[in-house]
Amino acid sequence: MSEQKERALQNSQDTRAQALARLLLRPARGSLWQAILLPVLAVFTALIIGALVIVFTDVQVLNLYKDFFAAPGKALAASWKSIASAYSALFKGSIGNPAEFANAFSVLRETGDTAPLRQAFWPISESLVTSVPYIFAGLAVALGFQCGLFNIGAEGQIFIGALASVYVGYSVKGLPQYIHLPLAFFTGAAAAGLWAAVAGLLKAKTGAHEVINTIMMNYIAFLLSDWLLNGPMKRPGWSPISPAIQDSAWLPKFFPDPLRFHAGFFVALAIAALVYWLLFKTTIGFEIRSVGANPDAARYAGISVTRNFILAMFLSGALAGMAGANEVLGVNHQLASAFSSGYGFDSIALALLGKSHPVGVVLAALLFGTLRSGATRMQSLAGVPIDIISILQALVIIFIAAPAIIRWLYRLRLEREVGETVFTRGWGQ
Amino acid sequence: MAPVLELRGITKAFPGVLANDHIDLTLEEGEILALLGENGAGKTTLMNILYGLYQPDAGEIFVRGKKVEIHQPNDAIRLGIGMVHQHFMLVPVFTVTENVMLGVESMRYGLFLDRRKAADKVREISKQYKLEVNPDDYIKDLPVGVQQRVEIIKVLYRKADILILDEPTAVLTPQEVEELFKIIRSLKAQGKSIIFITHKLKEVMAIADRITVLRQGRAVGTTTPAEATMEKLAQMMVGREVELVVRKKEAKPGDVVLDVENLHVVDHRGTPTVRGVTFNVRAGEVLGVAGVQGNGQTELVRALTGLMRPEMGRIRINGVDITNASPREILEQGVAHVPEDRQKDGLILKYPVHDNLVLNTYYVPPFAKGLNLQFQKIYEAAAERAYEFDIRTPNIYVPVSTLSGGNQQKTIVAREFSRPIRLLIASQPTRGLDVGSIEYIHQRIVQKRDEGCAVLLVSPELDEILALSDRIAVMYRGQFVAILPAAEATRQQLGLLMAGVTAAEAMAAEEAPAAVEENPAL
Repeated sequence: MSEQKERALQNSQDTRAQALARLLLRPARGSLWQAILLPVLAVFTALIIGALVIVFTDVQVLNLYKDFFAAPGKALAASWKSIASAYSALFKGSIGNPAEFANAFSVLRETGDTAPLRQAFWPISESLVTSVPYIFAGLAVALGFQCGLFNIGAEGQIFIGALASVYVGYSVKGLPQYIHLPLAFFTGAAAAGLWAAVAGLLKAKTGAHEVINTIMMNYIAFLLSDWLLNGPMKRPGWSPISPAIQDSAWLPKFFPDPLRFHAGFFVALAIAALVYWLLFKTTIGFEIRSVGANPDAARYAGISVTRNFILAMFLSGALAGMAGANEVLGVNHQLASAFSSGYGFDSIALALLGKSHPVGVVLAALLFGTLRSGATRMQSLAGVPIDIISILQALVIIFIAAPAIIRWLYRLRLEREVGETVFTRGWGQ
Repeated sequence: MAPVLELRGITKAFPGVLANDHIDLTLEEGEILALLGENGAGKTTLMNILYGLYQPDAGEIFVRGKKVEIHQPNDAIRLGIGMVHQHFMLVPVFTVTENVMLGVESMRYGLFLDRRKAADKVREISKQYKLEVNPDDYIKDLPVGVQQRVEIIKVLYRKADILILDEPTAVLTPQEVEELFKIIRSLKAQGKSIIFITHKLKEVMAIADRITVLRQGRAVGTTTPAEATMEKLAQMMVGREVELVVRKKEAKPGDVVLDVENLHVVDHRGTPTVRGVTFNVRAGEVLGVAGVQGNGQTELVRALTGLMRPEMGRIRINGVDITNASPREILEQGVAHVPEDRQKDGLILKYPVHDNLVLNTYYVPPFAKGLNLQFQKIYEAAAERAYEFDIRTPNIYVPVSTLSGGNQQKTIVAREFSRPIRLLIASQPTRGLDVGSIEYIHQRIVQKRDEGCAVLLVSPELDEILALSDRIAVMYRGQFVAILPAAEATRQQLGLLMAGVTAAEAMAAEEAPAAVEENPAL
């Protein structure tokens, strides 16, 4: 009797243990390839369409098409040449020229001269240098998205961060680098964070939409920086440029000129890792993401929606501010007006491309940085206008924003995507 | 004569589930066929196949004896099949006419909308089928029941003669259900054939000519209301015997847990919705709040849980004044809240099941250590709860949005019941659920009561109130018009109180029961 009972108990415990094990068993994750397939195809498709644009904007090639039926080979060959020269210039301008690498190494072996080597590495150094502000600004917008906030003000926040950093950089003297540099960097971040938090506060207290407020505050930031650089922060002379920062505030460089690659790249990677940890491993991130995913349920669960709006805007602004600080402390070492050429606006597209995930943002930032810095070379070598890059970027965004196009083009089966990120909400929700 | 619609061997598999497994179904002309089944039994999948939203993996569809292929809703519409979805597909800022003509606009000179012609047609349909509605009203101004009529008109406007109604009563008040049934009978009288999807046994018995029961993707049988009983249908649906009556012991009320004094709440439009409510709930008892939806119950619950600020009055829980406390402070007093709208308030749909199971305890040990979430602990606790509360999910990592409504609700119940709680506030805890889930959740609520928890149950379903409550309060226009012991309350008396008849009049009516006909839908 008791034996029977025991066996029954044993049985029920077995089924319980089995059920728990089944519930805890992680399903096989989709491969990494699956995750990046759509973005990769989007970039690939953009390059193909970009090639068509290159052909159709090349007057000489177009002229050959007049005689297409007489000599089709000529027109096609010219088209191919035009595309090949543009894209190879883009590659050489952003990654480097393989021949130059080989040559530089042999020179190094024979004469010990490192100058050709530096020259060969220059393109990739430039690409990485351009990627760094993109990483920071992309993280800024992505973090906002995670909380359901659309921070359009990254550009203005970059200026505020740069202003605060450069001020600490040139005005504070006599500090060792390990104090001065972090002080300048994080002052920039904090200033931009507080700047952005104003928009968060306005949304939390009055319901004013952050899109409007951050756009408006961009203009305030631009004009504030103009005024400061023409007045209180102007260096002696006629141009609206701030004094140069102290050496002790420089982000360390690792190589002699012309390589501008500096420590900001590693700082950016570290900050990306930090943002990942904060968003996905901590209670703070749980709250931020909950508010972004469903503010009603967050409130029901005892999470303060208003507090998280302010916090997320502060963090978002601080990240954007780091982009500005990085440019000042790592690249320019001074601040001139209009120094940020739209990093803040590009970063919105970039955060979308990176699916608002820190890893995605870093990859997207590397892509954007590479395209941007390769474009200059493409213009000088192949005579292809820089605007082609803007077209490429725009195409990538279109394909990411409308993945149905890519699925249709490549006949991909629709995988039910659950839990699409809520990027932002409408007015007066 | 061939049946108006016949499905043969319809099969549809989704990753991991066989949603439809060789289903056969026939619909005769002028017949009301009820498709009965629990949530997740495959009813909606089957109808979506019929409407061209999904393609079946196998099987054939015949309309009036002719084999057809339905690739998209337009094909279905061309074949005279119309569907009224559970969630209405209406544009709130358009008028009734504009909504009805949307997609099949009448045009003048091929350029201008001919609203008048469409409106005339709407009036004609509305008259012919007794679907009362004003073509010029804006959808946003109409009650839910009337919006549904617009959906039906939309289908008729497209000349459908096979109508699929997907869970049409889920959003309706008892009175609106009666109205809908009249409409359905009038449609039938004029030769329309109707498939009525539901999981409510009473409705099936009231309206259907024939009943086909689905269980786990299979058609387990077809019967008629005359042959079947509710018990038998429930058994076919769930696959085992179901208790339709909740068994519970005598209540042993203890100390007052929730004490509410003269509570006033004003909604976001500035309208007073709760107007001076005073009551208390003791440990170990269930106070049921009955009332037609929209009489202030929502705001009452939101004020008690800190989601809305009361205008006036005092709320105490275990003697602690929580009148203006935050939701978290109230939660930490040991208050569990099963919210009225589970998808809006109760869950973060894109979050995995495990995160939803700790949605309000993620910040306390063992789930968090300092700032760091302790995922291993969260997973283990989640699996325990999923097992204990019988949440049907492949694992705890899938988004909660992929679960059926009943399992979503169980997720909320599991979360709220696994904390140490002294007061349970449950708002429509079984709305839209199937028999099996309702039985389960009712048992859990009674169990909590027996453990000495105070329970405030808010529900527009009289059955539920009567089944669970020890005392019943009736809410009408923001006030409690009566609080009676459940043993003394009758359905008829409560129905009258809910309709605004004063307590004295209700008592008088009780003396002469013949004067009022019982509303069968309540």
